[in-house]
Parts: sequence; C-alpha cells; structure tokens
Amino acid sequence: MSNWITVCSENDLTPSTGICALHEGEQVAIFFCGKNKEVYAVSNFDPIGEANVLSRGIMGSIGEDVVVASPLYKQHFNLKTGECLEEPEHTLKTYPIRLEGGEVQLQAA
Amino acid sequence: MSKQRVVVVGNGMVGHKFIDNLLQDTKADEFEIITFSEEPRLAYDRVQLSSYFTGATAADLALTDEGYYNDNGVNFVLNDKVTELNTSDNYVVTASGRKESYDKLVLATGSFPFVPPIPGNDQEHCLVYRTIEDLEAINASASQSKVGVVVGGGLLGLEAANALKAAGLETHVVEFAPRLMAVQLDEGGGNLLRRKIEDLGVNVHTEKATTEIVAGETCRYRMNFADGSHLETDMILFSAGIRPQDELARQFDLEIGERGGIVVNDFCQTNVDNVYAIGECALWGGRIFGLVAPGYTMAKVAVSHITGGEEKFLGADMSTKLKLLGVDVASIGDAHGNTPGAQSYTYNDEIEQVYKRLIVSEDGKKVLGAVLVGDVDAYGNLLQMMLNDMDLPENPAGLILPNTGGEEAMGLGVDALPETAQICSCYDVTKGDIMAAVANGCTDMAAIKGETKASTGCGGCAALTKQVLDAELANLGYEVKNDICEHFAYSRKELADIIRVKKIKTFDELLDSHGKGLGCDVCKPAVGSILASYWNDYVLEEEHMGLQDTNDIFLGNMQKDGTYSIVPRVAGGEITPDKLIVLGEVAKEFNLYTKVTGGQRIDLFGAQLHELPIIWKKLVDAGFETGHAYGKSVRTVKSCVGSTWCRYGVNDSVGFAINIEDRYKGLRSPHKLKFAVSGCTRECAEAQCKDVGVIATENGWNLYVCGNGGMRPRHADLFATDLDDDTLIKYVDRFLMFYIRTADRLQRTSVWLENLEGGLDYLKEVIIDDKLGLGAELEAEMAANIGNYQCEWKTTVESSEKLKRFQHFINSDDTDSNLAYVVEREQRRPATKEERIQSVELVD
Ligand SMILES: Cc1cc2nc3c(=O)[nH]c(=O)nc-3n(C[C@H](O)[C@H](O)[C@H](O)COP(=O)(O)OP(=O)(O)OC[C@H]3O[C@@H](n4cnc5c(N)ncnc54)[C@H](O)[C@@H]3O)c2cc1C
Ligand code: HEM
Ligand code: SF4
Ligand code: SF4
Repeated sequence: MSNWITVCSENDLTPSTGICALHEGEQVAIFFCGKNKEVYAVSNFDPIGEANVLSRGIMGSIGEDVVVASPLYKQHFNLKTGECLEEPEHTLKTYPIRLEGGEVQLQAA
Repeated sequence: MSKQRVVVVGNGMVGHKFIDNLLQDTKADEFEIITFSEEPRLAYDRVQLSSYFTGATAADLALTDEGYYNDNGVNFVLNDKVTELNTSDNYVVTASGRKESYDKLVLATGSFPFVPPIPGNDQEHCLVYRTIEDLEAINASASQSKVGVVVGGGLLGLEAANALKAAGLETHVVEFAPRLMAVQLDEGGGNLLRRKIEDLGVNVHTEKATTEIVAGETCRYRMNFADGSHLETDMILFSAGIRPQDELARQFDLEIGERGGIVVNDFCQTNVDNVYAIGECALWGGRIFGLVAPGYTMAKVAVSHITGGEEKFLGADMSTKLKLLGVDVASIGDAHGNTPGAQSYTYNDEIEQVYKRLIVSEDGKKVLGAVLVGDVDAYGNLLQMMLNDMDLPENPAGLILPNTGGEEAMGLGVDALPETAQICSCYDVTKGDIMAAVANGCTDMAAIKGETKASTGCGGCAALTKQVLDAELANLGYEVKNDICEHFAYSRKELADIIRVKKIKTFDELLDSHGKGLGCDVCKPAVGSILASYWNDYVLEEEHMGLQDTNDIFLGNMQKDGTYSIVPRVAGGEITPDKLIVLGEVAKEFNLYTKVTGGQRIDLFGAQLHELPIIWKKLVDAGFETGHAYGKSVRTVKSCVGSTWCRYGVNDSVGFAINIEDRYKGLRSPHKLKFAVSGCTRECAEAQCKDVGVIATENGWNLYVCGNGGMRPRHADLFATDLDDDTLIKYVDRFLMFYIRTADRLQRTSVWLENLEGGLDYLKEVIIDDKLGLGAELEAEMAANIGNYQCEWKTTVESSEKLKRFQHFINSDDTDSNLAYVVEREQRRPATKEERIQSVELVD
C-alpha cells in the first residue's frame, strides 16, 4: 500500500500558478490548473538555469500538453512527463500527486 | 598499407593548427606525424602574448600539451631546429643531427622580428618581442631600467609600449614614418591615436631614423637620430616589422619571393612536390599574411590537399579591430583610399577624440574601407557591408556619425542583411543559420530557439531574430500571421482593441470568448499587461496572478539564482540623505549586493522570496514606493541637476522629471518605457536616447520621442518644440496611450515608430493635430489609469493573504538550500558552478 503525505491544503493553491513544497527532502513544484482542476507535481529545479525556480514559472498549454515555462530562460516543461520541449535531453522528475478531502498529497517513496 | 610520414617544421600557432586539423580528419590514421620546434615548448597563443605581462603563465598561453600529442601518436622534438632539407631524397636534418624522412613536408616556420641594421643594436638590453623567452628577457631588463624605447610604432610596437609602461618605465615610441600604425591608419586616424597615446603618458617621436646606439650619459644608452637629435634610454625593444622565416627554403632551393616568403599556390604547395608552406612564412599572391586567422585557413587548406580534398586559399581580409593602450582602433579594407577614384567621408570630433573615415567607391555605392579611432562601434556593420559587397544607404555619412552605427542607420530592413550577418552574439548565430532553420521547418520562435539557440542567451536579439524569421517565412511564401500565439488568433493590437472595446476584465473571460487552450507564457503576460494598462487593477489579484511574468509575479527582478532584486522608486533621481541611509541600512541588514543603476536609482540584489515582504515593509514605512523595475512599464525619469544648481540650466529639470515620473509611474505597457529630462541643450540626462525625452529651452520644453539605448540604439526624434508644461503632458498622455493601443508585444517605441505606417509625420498628426479624433479618449484613458494607481508593494505588505506566497516552501519555513555566495569586492555574489564544485569559501 502506498502512503500519501499531505503537503498543503487545496486552499493554498491559486488556479494556474505554482507553489513549492518540501517533500522528503526534495523541492517539488506543484501546479493547479483552474480549467481542468488537475494538479501536477514536478521537480522544482530548473536543469537549464540551474536554480530552484520552476514553481514560479507561468503555466499554460502547448498543443495538448500542459506545460510550465521556466521563469529564467523560458524553456517549456511538460507537466505530465517532465520532458523539456526545446531541449529534450532534459527531463524533470515527476511525482504522483492527488487532491484528497481538500488536501494536496504527494506519494511517499 | 604503411602510414604516410608527415613532417611539420615549426610548432607555432599555425603548425599546431595543421596537426590538430589533421588529427580531426576522418583519414587521420593514414598518417604519422612528427613535428620539430626551435622553441623549448609546444605551440602557445602568440596573439595573447602580452597577457604574460599581466599575469598569464606559459601554461595559460599553451594551445596544446605533451599529453595530447602523446595520446594521439604525434611525435615531437623540442629545442631542435631543422637546419637541412633534402627535397630529392625527401628528408630533413636537425641541428642535433637527427635525420627524418618524409612523404609530406609542411613548413610552418612563422616569421622573425626585423631588427634594423643600426650599429650597436646587438647590446644586452636591446630586445625583441616574439616569444615567451623574449618576454622573460624584457621583464628582466625592465627591472633594471627606468626608461624604455620601442622602435616601431605599428601594432606590435604599441603593444610592446603598453608592456613597458605597465612595468612602470618612462616609455617612448620611435617611429620612422610620419605617423603611428602607418599600415592600417590614415593621417587623421594616426594623429588622433598619437594624441590619445600621448595623453596616456607615452612619448611618441615620429620621423626619426636611428643612426646609432651608443653609451648614454643619464641612461644606459643613447640613440642618435639622423636629424641630429637624440634620446637616452636604458633599454630598447625592436618592433620594426616581421620577416618571413624562409631560411630553409632559401638554402635548399625552394622558390622565394623577391622580398622573402616561401611562394605557395592556392593549395599551399611550394614549387617542390610534397612540400607545403603555411602561416607567416608563406607568400601567396605576392603577399604575406601577418595575422593568425589567414594562417589557420592555410592550415585547413593544406590538410585538405594532403587528404585528397580540394579546398583553396584565396587570400584573406586583413581588417582589424583592437584596443591599443586602451584606445579602440579599427581598420577595414582599403583604409588609405588607394583604389582609383575612391572618395571618402570624414568625421573628426576633437572634443570627444573620435576619428572616423569611410572610404567609398567612385560611384559612391560601395564601402571600400574605413579607419575608426576612439569609437569602433561601426566596425561590424561596415565590415559586413564591405565583405558582402552591399550597397550603401542613401546617406552614407550616417554610418559614421555619432549614435547612428546601428542597423537603422543602414536604412535597411533585415532583408538587406547578408546571410553572414551575426544576429545572436551570445551563440554566434548568423542570419544564414536562421534561414536554414526556417528551411528545415522551424516556423516559430520556439522552434528557432531550439534549433539554433538564437536569443536564448541574454535574449537581447529576440526582436531581430523574429524579424529575420518573419522575413524568411514571407520570402518562402508562408502567410505571416501576427497571431500572438497558438491560443489567440489575434495580434497584440487586436487583443488590446477587444479588451478595450468589450471591456474585458480578466484573462479567463478573454480566453473563453476569443481563445483556446490554457494560454501560455506569451499570451498571458501580454494580456496581463493590456488589462493593467486599461483597468490598472492590482496585479496580484487572484484572477491576474497567473498571468504575471517571472518578475511581476513576485514584484521583483528574478536573478540567475532565483533570488530577487529590489529597486525602490527614486523619482527624478533625487533622494534625501535620510532615505539613502535607510537603503544602506536595509542592504546591510539583509546583506544585499548594492549597485547604482543606469536609471539613477539603487538596486539591491540577492533577496530571497521570504525576505521580500520584510524588506519592502521597511522601505514602505520609510516612505519608499515600488520602482516597477520588474514590470514592462514606466521605469524611471532620469534627470540632470538643472537650473536649480547648474550654471547653464534654463529650467528645473529635476522638478519636472519628478512631476512626470509621479504621473506615469507604473504604467504597464507593451515594453518598458524610459524617460529623461535635461535642463538645457547640453543634455546631460541623455534624453535623446529615451522613449520620451524632454530638454529645456529658453522658451519651454522640446519633446523627443522613440529613442532607445540598449542593444539597438536609436536617436529620439524631435517631436515638438518650446512646449509649456501642460501641452507637453497632454502630448505625452496621448503618445503613451496610442503606443499602448497599437504596439506589438515587446515592441519598444523605437521599433514601433519604425514600423508605423506614415512614420513620425503620421504620429504628429495623430497626437498634435488629433487627426483621428482620439485625443480626448486617449487622455481619458490615461486619467483613469492614473486614478487607479497604487503602490503594489504597499498593497502586498498590507495583505496577509498575499504574503503567504512569499515563502520558498508552502509547507516549511526552510529556505532554498541551493543558494551559495562568494565575496567579491567586499560584497557577495552568486557562486559560479566551478566555485561550487571546488567549494571555495562560500558565505551565506
Ligand atoms: C606580440 C604579438 C601580438 C600579436 N597579435 C596578433 C593579433 O592580435 N591578431 C593576429 O591575428 N595576429 C597577431 N599576431 C601574429 C600571430 O601571432 C602570428 O600570425 C601567428 O603566430 C603566426 O603563426 P605561425 O605558426 O605562422 O608562426 P609562429 O607562431 O611564429 O610559429 C613558428 C614556429 O616555428 C619555429 N621555427 C622556425 N623555424 C624553424 C626551424 N627551422 N626548425 C624548427 N622550428 C622552427 C619558430 O621557433 C616558431 O615556434 C601577434 C604576434 C605577436 C608577436
Ligand atoms: C557645469 C556644468 C555641468 C554640471 C554641473 C554637470 C554635472 C553632472 C553631474 C553631477 C553628473 C552625474 C550624474 C550621475 O552620476 O548620474 C553628470 C553626468 C553627465 N554629464 Fe554633466 N555636468 C555639466 C556639464 C556637462 C556637459 C556640458 C555635458 C555634455 C557635453 C555633460 C554630459 C554629461 C553626461 C553625458 C553625463 C552622464 C554620465 C552618466 O550617465 O554616468 N555634462 N553631469
Ligand atoms: S544587465 Fe542587461 S546588458 Fe547586462 S548582462 Fe544583463 S541583460 Fe546583458
Ligand atoms: S543639461 Fe544643462 S542644465 Fe542639465 S546639468 Fe547639463 S548643463 Fe546643466
């Protein structure tokens, strides 16, 4: 059985923006889409700009993909797969995430 | 099959390049390489030789090392000069008696310094400037000398003079010709260079022919000149030109030019089979090429020929741009105007010490050459025009007049730029690279960035890259859509109209009614900006927050490590000592790196997310407001001190600057806006490079618009003269709102005006004559915007709900553990990757 750990409450999420959570020692960027009501979780570390900033990027879509744009140099990362659209050699770690009873939860390792 | 033996005589810059190129070749393993050097070390960077005096070591200068040669099976023999050449039995013999046979022989023996045959030129402290050993000798001699003379006022001579001066010697340059750098510069350029160099404390003596060097009275030596004068000195450096090192070729019957140099053809072959000559020792088309780049080309050509290729050497452009003793100097093409019928334009500013001469063809259509001293900004453009044989613009003088070195001055659109023109300097991407990417299917900026990396560095070239992209798409017959992005089939201007006319207040409303998808980092900030321009809501309202770009969303400029900078408004650049002390105290308390900006305010760097509200609370309490340095919005109004203090001022520029800064502060716009006000025509506030520039006259104010500094400078256009305060403000209201309505996303006023149909005259009709009948509407929109002004930081620090976002983690008070700093010049800065790896002493 997998364990889910609550990192914050749903009220802490603002539609179409990100926040950063500390999860088992790792920085996780969490995004909430106001339209489809889905949540996404990827590593907060921007492998290109080399700084912990992705939670502060702009969320959006490119074609069907839901993406975040790095606030530093604007590359797009697919929020579902973590893949970088412009430089596919970079992929972000993704984390299982869910909304449960008004809480935002990440899965324990 | 046994390997072919390639013997390379000379392991200088070009000899090494040859070896390196051969090793990289696909046929590398068909060859066995052996190289001889007269010097005690493998190739090093002679071009950077002078940096040896400023601390570079032999290891820093090295172009290769023994390990690399060993790993690649290159045999090398140092300190052994090749003294004999047998071209019938194909072998060479060295000074130590070593004999090596060859299948292919490459002579890369470079050149040697020419020492004029002056009696006494062989004494202990008479030296030359070519090798590391020479520099060691110069160092040793300089430490026992007070006065030094360089014989020869060419490129190298002046570099040598710089070295002597840096060593603390009283420095003289003695030149035989009537001016310095006689090869590259004309009279005017040479004269200015001389003045500048003399201002730096180097004594220049021209038209001096040294007849003998004898024992001195006050110094070690005395140089006697043909005109009867003399000069006392402790050491002498000869830099009177170079001569090709063609000794071997001479002795062993290779063809030599009349004035030296080993004659080669387009494949760098000498007249003897299997013997090549490359670099400074080679004579091609009757010319020696004393620069490294042509040598490198020859190395490539020789490798090509030896491996069965057909590349050719077809001469080289000898244009140069460099800094000599801190003075910028450039020479392009036919700098002397020797071409029959050549005509020239000259710009000579004795005050600013700038000299520029442009040499054009008889019909006035092409650039033949140029001389630039003191300001070499035009070098790139002129060189491109010459190399690409481009037509000159209608008014060629504009190319060398001040502040017109940019592309605008060429009067050309991007179509006229040659394919070799460099668009992105960070990643050296040319127009041709972008065109190739388009041909390969890249049809938007994201694709171009991915393919070529253009505009992914500092981003300064984004607009130019986009123009090349659009032009190329149009050339290929694509319909150029001005759609802002895939989510809206409208241009920014159309979106602005929709928002204004339909009174749309949020992004979601607009997306639902006119767009598709979720939006992206292009349309969201653009729409956010339009909403703010018209309705001026608090940008961090929940429905606007997700629209804000990197900087706006936390009301600070994000720096490379994810921390922010803080720039409070200092209207007009006027600040009280007390407020200055507050800034100092805050900077000290939070250990913020402090720097004065170009906009006359103070930038505090390195604040972490959670510190921003604490810092801003202190600043707001002390009476500061946000400076909107993070926004695409009105930034600052720079001012000179004006009539209240300045002897020349005719109006109160500071007072007026503060007025207009207060009026327009924070106005969100398609791109940032910068203003300035000067108190008289001397223009110390540099208002003519601003979006809105105001200059005081005896009768009021002159208004300038659409200037730009930055990456594509543009002089502002004079828009109206002798205005009173109210009229000026009315015009500026209308001007700004008209720009906001009609500009493209991220289009500065300068580019906007260039693309505005009807140009400046049309703009005057709209703003001054109110041709479109929009005047009152535009003013009302501005009034509404101003009425809704709030200091975003004040609003933010007063809202506990908004403050929640200003922490690194939503679920912890920890901060970002990835931040690391080192101290430089008594302040901290982000540690580089290397410093992190080496874990030099980091600070908090
Ligand atoms: C101070 C200084 C500044 C310069 N600045 C610039 C600049 O800014 N831009 C620019 O383009 N160029 C510059 N140059 C010129 C540039 O360095 C030369 O064009 C380049 O080094 C030529 O390379 P090369 O291999 O032909 O000759 P070299 O680099 O001189 O190499 C020739 C080598 O062959 C050796 N050799 C000669 N004869 C024999 C033999 N018989 N047996 C064995 N070995 C032999 C020599 O000892 C030497 O090591 C500068 C030169 C100097 C000295
Ligand atoms: C008595 C007359 C003058 C006074 C009192 C004066 C004063 C000043 C001062 C105090 C500054 C510093 C502003 C700053 O650091 O931000 C300045 C900058 C400047 N001055 Fe003057 N100045 C005078 C004459 C001139 C003249 C005649 C010119 C032009 C020909 C000129 C050109 C400039 C320029 C271009 C700057 C801006 C430099 C920068 O941005 O760092 N000044 N002046
Ligand atoms: S501040 Fe401007 S000019 Fe300086 S490095 Fe950054 S982008 Fe480039
Ligand atoms: S522009 Fe005129 S008034 Fe202003 S500081 Fe310069 S000289 Fe003085």
